[in-house]
Amino acid sequence: MGAMARFPAIRLYNHVVPVLVGAAAAAAATCGFVAVAPNRLVSGRPVALWLAADPRLSTAIALLGALLLATVFAAPRRALHFAAVAIAGMLLLLILAAAGQAASSLAALAPPLARISLGAAFWVLIGAAGLAVIDGLQRARAGILAQLATVAIIAAGFAAMAEAGLFDALSLAREYHTRQAGFAGALTRHIVLVAAAIIPAMLIGFPLGVAAVRRPHRQGPLFAVLNLLQTVPSIALFGLLIAPLSGLATAVPSLAQLGIGGIGMAPAIIALVLYALLPVVRSTVAGISGVDRAIVDAARGMGMTRYQRFWHVELPLAAPVLLAGLRIVTVQAIGLAVVAALIGAGGLGSFVFEGLGQYAADLVLLGALPAIGLALAADFLLQSATVLLHRRTAT
Amino acid sequence: MIDLDHVSKRYDGRAVVDDLSLTVPDGAFCVLLGPSGCGKSTTLRMINRLVPFDSGIIHIGGEDVRGVSPETLRRRIGYAIQSIGLFPHWSVEDNIATVPRLLNWARNRIRDRVTELLELLRLDPENYRHKYPHQLSGGEQQRVGVARALAADPELLLMDEPFGAVDPITRDALQSEIARIHAATKKTIVFVTHDIEEALRLATVIAILEKGGLAQWGTPLEIVDQPASGFVRDFVGGETAAASNCSGCAGSPSGCGPAKPLRVSPYRPRLRCAMRWPR
Repeated sequence: MGAMARFPAIRLYNHVVPVLVGAAAAAAATCGFVAVAPNRLVSGRPVALWLAADPRLSTAIALLGALLLATVFAAPRRALHFAAVAIAGMLLLLILAAAGQAASSLAALAPPLARISLGAAFWVLIGAAGLAVIDGLQRARAGILAQLATVAIIAAGFAAMAEAGLFDALSLAREYHTRQAGFAGALTRHIVLVAAAIIPAMLIGFPLGVAAVRRPHRQGPLFAVLNLLQTVPSIALFGLLIAPLSGLATAVPSLAQLGIGGIGMAPAIIALVLYALLPVVRSTVAGISGVDRAIVDAARGMGMTRYQRFWHVELPLAAPVLLAGLRIVTVQAIGLAVVAALIGAGGLGSFVFEGLGQYAADLVLLGALPAIGLALAADFLLQSATVLLHRRTAT
Repeated sequence: MIDLDHVSKRYDGRAVVDDLSLTVPDGAFCVLLGPSGCGKSTTLRMINRLVPFDSGIIHIGGEDVRGVSPETLRRRIGYAIQSIGLFPHWSVEDNIATVPRLLNWARNRIRDRVTELLELLRLDPENYRHKYPHQLSGGEQQRVGVARALAADPELLLMDEPFGAVDPITRDALQSEIARIHAATKKTIVFVTHDIEEALRLATVIAILEKGGLAQWGTPLEIVDQPASGFVRDFVGGETAAASNCSGCAGSPSGCGPAKPLRVSPYRPRLRCAMRWPR
């Protein structure tokens, strides 16, 4: 008992960070941080973090990791959580810097055709640091502005390092440099595809959903059709649209002049719209029928017309659910649009399929990473909008 | 004056309100009382045409309710339901201003009316005006609901179990409040409840409904002293036998008054005590 009084028991205030630090340490110890391959098509030989990177950088990463781990033993306070965010953010940038630095030092010793790609340990480390940032922000109950600022600072750090040429020796960066001319176009094309699918999906799905709420007996058949559409595999749907659309383009030449045909953007957008319909209709139905009947009854009893009830009561109260649906649809469309490259719609998927064809993993990443980034950004923005809306209607 | 003349409402062939006729005089506080499923809420909702009736005719002040559009009719009638009916995305001020805005009142007039009503319901205008419903207690929400119903100064107020969702102490305070407002404004109020004590305390006239028809129409005293049927006797007696104390005298102008000599059954003095004033 006396010993207990003199040495208070050590308490763990955060169970997430120890797991993340442990996973990162295990990965760094056992897996390659980068991989060196004689050319871009074969898989490389893994090189551990402490062998690949400048010892000062790897020491700094280890020390910051230990510091992050130390924060879990201190009593939680808001300032502590923000400190953890700062440490994890610095770790994130240091890991990126170490990868770039390791690649350039290894490239200097290797033959010119050799490729340095990112290894398993890098992905685990960067993932753990990213999750630690998110964990800290959540624990600090950071507002949207603080979250935006954190993302902006990390993105600015990354951009500055990229601008300074720190990552130029990495295989991923070299793939980017070869396709620099097409990259911006592919990214824009991807965003255009997604927007061109979501806007019509909202314009069709929202009235469909409202109609389904008004006439509940029609919901069964409607959802049966939409569910069926959703179960068609995306590649099959893209393929199935080729024949009717090329037939249509042959029959109506003016449509062909507008760029509508069996391949290209038209079938891709149609397929994406069809996939987006189910979540849009479902969230519309859930949102509007989720509005408390007593509130709608009160609105009727006050003498609001049907349109006034819809615009002033049902729609604002359903908005958080509608926005959540939009979030799902957007993220889903960003992912599905990658597959649309198969039928010549372009976008980031063209890198993915080119990379798959050449068995060049880094080219696949060049398409996949921006698509993930787009999805995360869209998700974050729409979630912020949902939070802002919810703040007013919280009950 | 509200005049229901042989009004019926059927759902799937089953009569919920069956050939009901009653007349509520101007300035009355009429309580529609009865067990659940007796058609009292449907009757109330037929008056402002929230429920369309199948046959019969309803007049308000001599005017057929089907002579104007339902929206026009409802904007002339105050309507209050359980507190959950407040619009959660609107502030207290916006909630109260609902009907005046529908009627396109001038901004200043609406503002002054909201202030007046908050004061009438004893809510500090500057403190409550910009709050949202979720920031209020159940009793405060209900006060806002009553203020909203009174906003456009309607001659007639329909209240559908408005105090059903609040605790007994708050309910007691709200009952005093609505009795005071009725006495001060002389508005005609039609009030639905299944709570016999609430009915006896508030009503100037009670309509007891049974299976969509009128079981008895009378003053609280008549209902208690001369139940018209076994059903009424059981309903009045059964409900209050469970009630444990008399809380009704606080709001009455003269206390319970000298009770008449008791003739029968032990529950009657309690009922008499529950009334707003002896009649």
